[in-house]
Amino acid sequence: MQQEDKKYTPLEQNLIRFFEEKEQELSARCIPKVVQSRRQAFGLLKTMGLPVSKDENWRSSPIEKLYTDSFQLDNPTTGYAKSVGELFQCEIHGFDAQVISMLNGWYYSPDDKQLQTMEDGVVVGSINAAQKAFPEFFDRYFDEIAKNGQHGFSAAAKALFRDGVFIFVPDGVEVKKAIQLIKIVNSNEKMMVNSRNLIILGKNSKLPLLHCDDSINHNAEFINTLTEVQVGENASFDLYKLQNINDETTLLNSTFIRQERNSHSKVNVITLNGGMIRNELNVEFQGEGADADLNGIYLMDNQQHIDNQVFVNHAVPNCNSSELFKGVLDNRATGVFNGYIHVARDAQNTNAFQRNNNILMSPEAKIDTRPFLEIYADDVKCSHGATVGQLDEEALFYLRQRGISKQDAYLLLMYAFTAEVTGKIAFPALRSSIEDMMKKRLRGELAICERCVLHCNQPDFPLEFEIDMSRV
Amino acid sequence: MLLNIKNLHVSIDGKEILKGLNLGVNQGEVHAIMGPNGTGKSTLAAAITGREGYEITKGEILYKGKDIREMSPDQRANEGIFLSFQYPVEIPGVSMTNFMRTAINAQREYRSLPPMPPGEFLKKMEANKQLVEIHTKLTNRSVNEGFSGGEKKKNEIFQMAMLEPILAILDETDSGLDIDALKVVAKGVNALRSPDNGFVVITHYQRLLEYIIPDFVHVMYDGRIVKSGGKGLAHELEENGYDWIKEQIEV
Ligand SMILES: Nc1ncnc2c1ncn2[C@@H]1O[C@H](COP(=O)(O)OP(=O)(O)O)[C@@H](O)[C@H]1O
Ligand SMILES: [Mg+2]
Repeated sequence: MQQEDKKYTPLEQNLIRFFEEKEQELSARCIPKVVQSRRQAFGLLKTMGLPVSKDENWRSSPIEKLYTDSFQLDNPTTGYAKSVGELFQCEIHGFDAQVISMLNGWYYSPDDKQLQTMEDGVVVGSINAAQKAFPEFFDRYFDEIAKNGQHGFSAAAKALFRDGVFIFVPDGVEVKKAIQLIKIVNSNEKMMVNSRNLIILGKNSKLPLLHCDDSINHNAEFINTLTEVQVGENASFDLYKLQNINDETTLLNSTFIRQERNSHSKVNVITLNGGMIRNELNVEFQGEGADADLNGIYLMDNQQHIDNQVFVNHAVPNCNSSELFKGVLDNRATGVFNGYIHVARDAQNTNAFQRNNNILMSPEAKIDTRPFLEIYADDVKCSHGATVGQLDEEALFYLRQRGISKQDAYLLLMYAFTAEVTGKIAFPALRSSIEDMMKKRLRGELAICERCVLHCNQPDFPLEFEIDMSRV
Repeated sequence: MLLNIKNLHVSIDGKEILKGLNLGVNQGEVHAIMGPNGTGKSTLAAAITGREGYEITKGEILYKGKDIREMSPDQRANEGIFLSFQYPVEIPGVSMTNFMRTAINAQREYRSLPPMPPGEFLKKMEANKQLVEIHTKLTNRSVNEGFSGGEKKKNEIFQMAMLEPILAILDETDSGLDIDALKVVAKGVNALRSPDNGFVVITHYQRLLEYIIPDFVHVMYDGRIVKSGGKGLAHELEENGYDWIKEQIEV
């Protein structure tokens, strides 16, 4: 009864109308399972609506202010082809990666191959092209991993996605050269991009993936992505998310990782800039002996908002998870950290650790941090801790008394604070590149525009820091 | 005169702590300051080094003839003022090596010198570690983190030896040290002592002054220097306490 009376916000109306008008076009290249999934998600979107800050999981989120905006949902595919090659030239010095891209929600590869199979059998391409080529993977994994924590935005991504990335790593294949996914929105319109990705790692395989979200102008965009990852038995998945979007842009991403027996996942979410960013990270242990190492850094200022939601589901025994999220918030920036740990009744011998440390640089900055632990097994080692503080004035004076300038003393302390997380990045070239970006960000010199997130169009661009961090 | 403090009044949160203090230190001199707890000795050190929250309401601090009131703490340090902290601060995540290298190069930049070459820096680290008998590797240790009380004090003297200040203030560097550590501290000070430097040594105990022979001893009480003398004054204080001085003042 209530549903009939439901009053939709302009954004909800816009999403609903778009699906009703475009369903055929959206589903044209889809296999029946995906067509069905879109329809189901659309039903969910209509009944649930978009989340509001009254919902426990969206507490302290300023998301509702977007609901009166009108976003363009029908993303044109033409009109950028010429410039795209230039935009996507990106090399991290000494870091060898295979670059793939998403532009305005469409999969893009420089030679316009929608689906490629490499020599070692690794498949990379568009999620649209992959459906007909590998329907068996969609039967087994599509929509099967992203089951929990549904909300209006995950439903919108499922119903309305235009495109996305598909990656498959066969059994026993270790991908040496990381795959780098660069996502860019380049439009003069206020655009909302819905996309979804499916990533499958076979037994004993390895995949390092670097996922960059970047702005190339100051336009307000809304990027909404849902990603499913299946990590096969004894496989290793390394995910680096690098987020450097403009102050007007909103980024929502829900990542679902499901791990089989003895598998490993390692995630580093590095948030350098963004108007409103929400990272949902869901990890489910499906097989015993698996572990997940989940880390994040966020550096926010002005009126930016960061929200990290981490859900770890210890559904089976003998798994380890650890979470370390650290952030610096300045000016009137706000943040949320929610760490959910669920340990099922039979999940004995579970280790689950969680820590969230925050530094507030101004009295107006705010962080709302909470652990949510639900533990039904007895043999569990679980710890959690959260701190909110300022930079240590005593330490600042101590450094300055030795001749170090105030600015450098601040930087040294902030940098020391974040190094605990960046130190975990496994690729030295990527680590030093990210550390350089952090220094620039902390100095207020990191550009979000005109070049790719890793400043690679100008490899000679000096990345210096007065404080020499090199170990002697 | 290296340091010339005239009629210094300092307040914290509106409460007057220093109430008209005078002190003159020439190059080549060692001055000891003694006095009961809560008298304002650390406040004096904080005022000289420019710590925030210590408001100079009256009087002046001249260093090498210049009024330093408007100088930032780092500028004063770069001008050659060093404080061995009564309570050294732990700074997790900042390695000793990085800290020292950053500090030395900041001070060199202030003097328009190029950064110290890494080889020279390493040699200097090694030599000064030996001087103050620090035997562990400093490279991977965060500043003062996990250091014992004695190690922290040695580390202050180590930093002093690295930075070679012109005016060094030691705030109870000897408190809580055993006799061996005390000798190490004295060795560090005596190594730096020269006709060009001045020292202000704040201490409770006469025993440090057996190893660092002061030229002058001052007694501080209730925000002022109430008595000055030669090194014999330290013995007198050790034997008779401060009560006789309090009585003299109150009369
Ligand atoms: N940060 C502070 N805020 C308020 N009062 C202080 C502060 N630091 C010191 N004081 C007060 O100033 C007085 C002198 O302290 P201090 O200089 O530390 O003495 P001393 O070093 O001689 O023991 C004491 O009464 C102390 O309580
Ligand atoms: Mg004191």
